[in-house]
Amino acid sequence: MPSLLDKRLVLVTGKGGVGKTTVAAALGLAAARRGKRAIVCEVARETRLASLLDLPDEGYDEHEAEPGLYGMSVDPERAKREWLQHQLKSGTLAGLLGHSRLFGYLTAAAPGLDELVTIGKVWDLAQIERRTGVRRYDLVILDAPATGHGLALFTAPRTYARVATAGPIRRQALRIHGFLTDRRSTGVLGVALPEEMPVNETLDLERALHDELELGFDAVVVNALLPDRLTRKQEKLLESLDTDLGPAARAAVRTALSEDRRARVQRTELRRLRRSLEGSVMTLPYVFEPEIGREQLDALAERVGGLL
Amino acid sequence: MIERWLARKEVCICAGAGGVGKTTTAAAIALGMAARGKKVAVLTIDPARRLANSLGLPELGNEERLVDAGVDGELWAMMLDAKRTFDELVERQAPDAATRDAILANPIYRELSNAVAGSQEYMAMEKLHELHQEGHYDLLVLDTPPTRNALDFLDAPKKLAAFIDSRSLQFFTAPGALGLRVVGRGSGLVFSAMKRATGIDLLEDLSTFFRSFGEMTAGFRERAEHVNGLLADSRTAFVLVTSPRHDAIEAASFFHRRLLDAGLPFAGVVANRVHVVEEAAGNVAAELEPLVGAELARTVAEAYADERSAAEGDRLNLDQLRRRLGRKPMIEVPHLDDDVHDLPGLRRMDEYLFGG
Repeated sequence: MPSLLDKRLVLVTGKGGVGKTTVAAALGLAAARRGKRAIVCEVARETRLASLLDLPDEGYDEHEAEPGLYGMSVDPERAKREWLQHQLKSGTLAGLLGHSRLFGYLTAAAPGLDELVTIGKVWDLAQIERRTGVRRYDLVILDAPATGHGLALFTAPRTYARVATAGPIRRQALRIHGFLTDRRSTGVLGVALPEEMPVNETLDLERALHDELELGFDAVVVNALLPDRLTRKQEKLLESLDTDLGPAARAAVRTALSEDRRARVQRTELRRLRRSLEGSVMTLPYVFEPEIGREQLDALAERVGGLL
Repeated sequence: MIERWLARKEVCICAGAGGVGKTTTAAAIALGMAARGKKVAVLTIDPARRLANSLGLPELGNEERLVDAGVDGELWAMMLDAKRTFDELVERQAPDAATRDAILANPIYRELSNAVAGSQEYMAMEKLHELHQEGHYDLLVLDTPPTRNALDFLDAPKKLAAFIDSRSLQFFTAPGALGLRVVGRGSGLVFSAMKRATGIDLLEDLSTFFRSFGEMTAGFRERAEHVNGLLADSRTAFVLVTSPRHDAIEAASFFHRRLLDAGLPFAGVVANRVHVVEEAAGNVAAELEPLVGAELARTVAEAYADERSAAEGDRLNLDQLRRRLGRKPMIEVPHLDDDVHDLPGLRRMDEYLFGG
């Protein structure tokens, strides 16, 4: 199987709060460092990506963050207009529909349409012959919304292909669906934390991806893994010390032991994930600094690039 | 502390970004209130069965189940099934059996009621409203879905009402309206453009879907209004759940502002997984070295420095949020050594949530 960096589109997905945006940005950086032109997309105006990659706040345009690395936020309203314009091959007609109140109500009400045009835009970014722009990307990375919403995004084309039994929406939806489910073109990178709930949700997501789209994870990144500092023997030794220590040493020993207990729970969860998951599992270290800045992102990118 | 927040409250809505321990906090609040003699139901959307198991249940369904928690009051739990709730709502609201069957069998409804992001948010509100109306519980605790920006669910009832209410429905439902016209000669430039953009069959299916849905317009509008009313009611309390990580704090600040703007009853913040490290001056490595050797002494000193750095970051982030909260209270729950996912774990949280 080709490396994730050799695909055209990578969907980065996982439970909320596990660090998807950080991993997506690190992956983009890793691709750019290998001489690829990469773009990282987020959906619906989150600001995380913008602050990580130093993008303008209103990042609806493809913006070059640094040589070879672009970022953008996909706006469903804009994607809808672009889609109309392409479909009707006429700015006048598209303008007419765009101003039609009936059409406005309809598209606002049609469930799942935002998801369809959003994933459609991402799909277009990954095409060699593009419709909505001229820049060609080697790799498109989607920082997808949390599990349930992410899945709704990936399945939207198939849903619409089922609902529309003929016509342009169906044709379009089938093409996007075909691209998303072709493992040569599209990869899925799961992100998880080494904790009970995120591991469960990752396993559930693997099942859902398989059942809904016959897709699987190409790899799963387990984020924020605490260092494995102490052996059992060292731990026992430290536990036996507690009473003979001065205040600073006592606080330090207690803290190290407490971290070690959390680290052990993490490793149990990591093992469980490795046992139950089909794709490969890799880890990124816990970042102790209060905020992930450029320095930390560079280090993560190096590691992600090395692992893939 | 939480007990004071929830005095005379009938609904507690736990909101916040994903991955901050919302489900666990909701369960701990519910268990704590049940332990204090209340009859409580916790509504969760947590898909992991472990929480259900840890509450002593094989699994959670769309109906409340009694948890054997050994408490003075009663603890009930349920997991929301958005599709099932939507179906039940249609069953209740449909004016007659024929309309009901037409909607439930409609391919658009079947695909979309399931797949669409957003339906879960609305259904959570809907179920909450239903249980509140029935009035079997002293307190309902809702664990909100992990929406993209943690706030989508606030708009959900309004959105659905707008959808049901929109004139688009009337276009479809009025006699001789779009459905027929499209099938007929397709009058007007707009319709022909629409046909080119979507395909005629999709328009027809949508038309059928909207027409049958239109039968229930009034009922849905009324319910959505009630749900909105319940959210703003003084018997409701919003508890904001966060972690001290930078992005979660940003989300919490944003959410707090939105709650205030919307005039919704905000009670306070629960900050989970706070790194708490004992601070003491002294040279750790030097003191430990004679006892455990240079290598282990250095390892311990590094761990201490790293954890202090994390704790310091947490402190800065929480202070930032606290300044924005003004007089509203914040409860800090330390990073417990184990993951909290069972009754003893929830009870450990109790001391922090209800103490003080």
